[in-house]
Amino acid sequence: MAAAGAAATHLEVARGKRAALFFAAVAIVLGLPLWWKTTETYRASLPYSQISGLNALQLRLMVPVTVVFTRESVPLDDQEKLPFTVVHEREIPLKYKMKIKCRFQKAYRRALDHEEEALSSGSVQEAEAMLDEPQEQAEGSLTVYVISEHSSLLPQDMMSYIGPKRTAVVRGIMHREAFNIIGRRIVQVAQAMSLTEDVLAAALADHLPEDKWSAEKRRPLKSSLGYEITFSLLNPDPKSHDVYWDIEGAVRRYVQPFLNALGAAGNFSVDSQILYYAMLGVNPRFDSASSSYYLDMHSLPHVINPVESRLGLALLPSLKCSGTVIAHCSLQLLDSSGLPTSASRVARTIGSSAASLYPVLNFLLYVPELAHSPLYIQDKDGAPVATNAFHSPRWGGIMVYNVDSKTYNASVLPVRVEVDMVRVMEVFLAQLRLLFGIAQPQLPPKCLLSGPTSEGLMTWELDRLLWARSVENLATATTTLTSLAQLLGKISNIVIKDDVASEVYKAVAAVQKSAEELASGHLASAFVASQEAVTSSELAFFDPSLLHLLYFPDDQKFAIYIPLFLPMAVPILLSLVKIFLETRKSWRKPEKTD
Amino acid sequence: MAVTDSLSRAATVLATVLLLSFGSVAASHIEDQAEQFFRSGHTNNWAVLVCTSRFWFNYRHVANTLSVYRSVKRLGIPDSHIVLMLADDMACNPRNPKPATVFSHKNMELNVYGDDVEVDYRSYEVTVENFLRVLTGRIPPSTPRSKRLLSDDRSNILIYMTGHGGNGFLKFQDSEEITNIELADAFEQMWQKRRYNELLFIIDTCQGASMYERFYSPNIMALASSQVGEDSLSHQPDPAIGVHLMDRYTFYVLEFLEEINPASQTNMNDLFQVCPKSLCVSTPGHRTDLFQRDPKNVLITDFFGSVRKVEITTETIKLQQDSEIMESSYKEDQMDEKLMEPLKYAEQLPVAQIIHQKPKLKDWHPPGGFILGLWALIIMVFFKTYGIKHMKFIF
Repeated sequence: MAAAGAAATHLEVARGKRAALFFAAVAIVLGLPLWWKTTETYRASLPYSQISGLNALQLRLMVPVTVVFTRESVPLDDQEKLPFTVVHEREIPLKYKMKIKCRFQKAYRRALDHEEEALSSGSVQEAEAMLDEPQEQAEGSLTVYVISEHSSLLPQDMMSYIGPKRTAVVRGIMHREAFNIIGRRIVQVAQAMSLTEDVLAAALADHLPEDKWSAEKRRPLKSSLGYEITFSLLNPDPKSHDVYWDIEGAVRRYVQPFLNALGAAGNFSVDSQILYYAMLGVNPRFDSASSSYYLDMHSLPHVINPVESRLGLALLPSLKCSGTVIAHCSLQLLDSSGLPTSASRVARTIGSSAASLYPVLNFLLYVPELAHSPLYIQDKDGAPVATNAFHSPRWGGIMVYNVDSKTYNASVLPVRVEVDMVRVMEVFLAQLRLLFGIAQPQLPPKCLLSGPTSEGLMTWELDRLLWARSVENLATATTTLTSLAQLLGKISNIVIKDDVASEVYKAVAAVQKSAEELASGHLASAFVASQEAVTSSELAFFDPSLLHLLYFPDDQKFAIYIPLFLPMAVPILLSLVKIFLETRKSWRKPEKTD
Repeated sequence: MAVTDSLSRAATVLATVLLLSFGSVAASHIEDQAEQFFRSGHTNNWAVLVCTSRFWFNYRHVANTLSVYRSVKRLGIPDSHIVLMLADDMACNPRNPKPATVFSHKNMELNVYGDDVEVDYRSYEVTVENFLRVLTGRIPPSTPRSKRLLSDDRSNILIYMTGHGGNGFLKFQDSEEITNIELADAFEQMWQKRRYNELLFIIDTCQGASMYERFYSPNIMALASSQVGEDSLSHQPDPAIGVHLMDRYTFYVLEFLEEINPASQTNMNDLFQVCPKSLCVSTPGHRTDLFQRDPKNVLITDFFGSVRKVEITTETIKLQQDSEIMESSYKEDQMDEKLMEPLKYAEQLPVAQIIHQKPKLKDWHPPGGFILGLWALIIMVFFKTYGIKHMKFIF
């Protein structure tokens, strides 16, 4: 009986041991991997190695220059050697481990008949008109015509001429080393029209920690997909002045061609409004010598803020112009094609500064009140400024329009004021150019710059802007991707969704494509690719999903898991320990009895 | 002997005069350069003002935030550049004996609520997640512009936080916390994306200095109302309103800021001296090691105001006149105005039709959801009580 009981307990004990081992096996073999897998954060794979490769990317910018030689420009035996190609390469060392190689690829050739004919006409403008028709120049490329030393196309003392549409004229020389000398002159002219060190340094100013203090580098707007331009008329004294400005016509005639010429650089939208009873925040002082009022330079910074709060009123895109207190006219201009579809995720409501995310440029025209007329702006020497206007970097510009005192004679108040839009637009467009960073280039010595064009922008100035923007976009995209990769590498439990990963891949591909296009001299496609790179990298960096599980400290992890695992782990571990000790005892026992 | 003496003395005097003049010229030149160098490189200003506590007895935190908001607006930062987050509404709180006001001084001397306050994140929208989203820019695309921090690499940002805090954390809405590590990481992400030029971080909570201990990104200056282990105390209660109106540190900061105008040249060293231990009971702290410029060259208006960099426009471009089109467009406008008149308001709303509308016939739908469940329950209870054999009497 006892033996049976003992055998029964022994069986139970054995069963118990097997059960305990089975539990332990299930917990460890099944449970642990299951828990590990289900609490893993989903991280799509990212091209980390490619991103670190982008950092070490060396940018090479190529400017294709076509050099056309007329018959008497160089000695005959040099002419025999045409056509051939010469490459002039220069490395521009910028700080902060980025180096840029600038390459001018000059393709020399002989002039065709119609070009000879055009270049022997009387003046440069006629020559340009005749040369203009055949083909449209690709963006970023230049054509330089070499004329004979004694040609009368240029004024006698001028050695070269830069035209408005990516063409230039340089004097040739009859000399043994003709090609070298002319080659150097051509490079100087080409540099003035496309790339110089200061253009690139300005574009990369954000990424170079030193040299922060130069005003030139702080002024240009950052590269963006589009801009909103607002023209506002401020009339603080409607009782005295009934101001009428033909802003729609002026925009159509002057601003629209300019923005069309700049169209490759982004989307532009133009709004206008009239604000009544809007004062400047500063009281002008009276100058008895000229019996006028003036604002001196130190009070100008305080003018903008009180006005700005009234400027950003919500504009409805479809409201027509009317003559009421606040009049809004919304003009949709261009929609540049070729923008990637992924950019549609960024809100692009055109026409409202309250809803759009594009940078806004405000241009204000202030008609001073009767009590403070005429009002002049003084520069730091105390002299009135000719344009009567000032601008603020990355914000816009303000112009003061004085009403002619003759209109007050023999009229009853309010007098009607017709604003001379040409004068106003000359100033506003000049300010717009400055805000975009389109500055006067450094001309080589004895060089004639062509007169102003009808649009106010020369084509190669647009090219310079696109070069600078492409380089800036590439630098921005590279830093964004690098910091994103660092962030995701450092914090191991941020979820990386598939669309974030696909945007990163797109951005890396776009950066590489843009660098290739820059190296082969296709500026337009390089610029578009660089914009895609920036858009994709920003979409990936600013994706809202990257915020979760930002910081999950280790002690909080223990606090969550201990109440779940401890009650389960303790009995299993204890039973395992007990089984192990008993098994060891049972091994030792036979030895003892022996 | 005397002659040579006097000659030599004259020579030395002349030499010193020359040296001094050269020195002053050189010094002024260097000063100009130095002034240029020490001026901040920012072109716009932003402010993020956060009050993290709710409930009526935390009135003082809302008053703190609103007083900084008021100073910042007065010194020139427009509403479009201010992100104001208030976790509770004190002005329209049912317990406020003076509705639509929030006072900072007792005896109701100063109403910091004002007439044109714009609160961007209110009440339950003030959470740690939203705050971090605002800072890092990871905002869902549907967020309106007023709720975004659209700063760029040339923006100086002022961040002011107040509420209840502890060693290394700040409490949001009595339900969650933000740690100093999260805040430091958020600032680092802002720096990586160049979302600020310089940052001024002010915190008025208990043990506030612990919140800036972990910062590691450049160009950050931080101020706190108390050190680790100290409590920040409140200033004065108002017997009519019944709660403490302001915290001491922010009260004295507000008094300091009331004397600043947009043109003043007061610098940060003066702000560090605000509220010494005798007035504040706690010891205010500051941290400037991450900041590149010397605090005595940093103007208060670099962060609290919005002084623009301005340049005179000296060049114009030449445009061609086109006078014919002007006349015709003027006439078009006049004609447009005449055409607008015939529209009258009365015709836009068909009142007669609305008043005499017949009731619409609604389509019948079988009962679903709750009604169905209720009837099923009633029928089940009936049949359970009386047995299924009664069914034949019904059907």
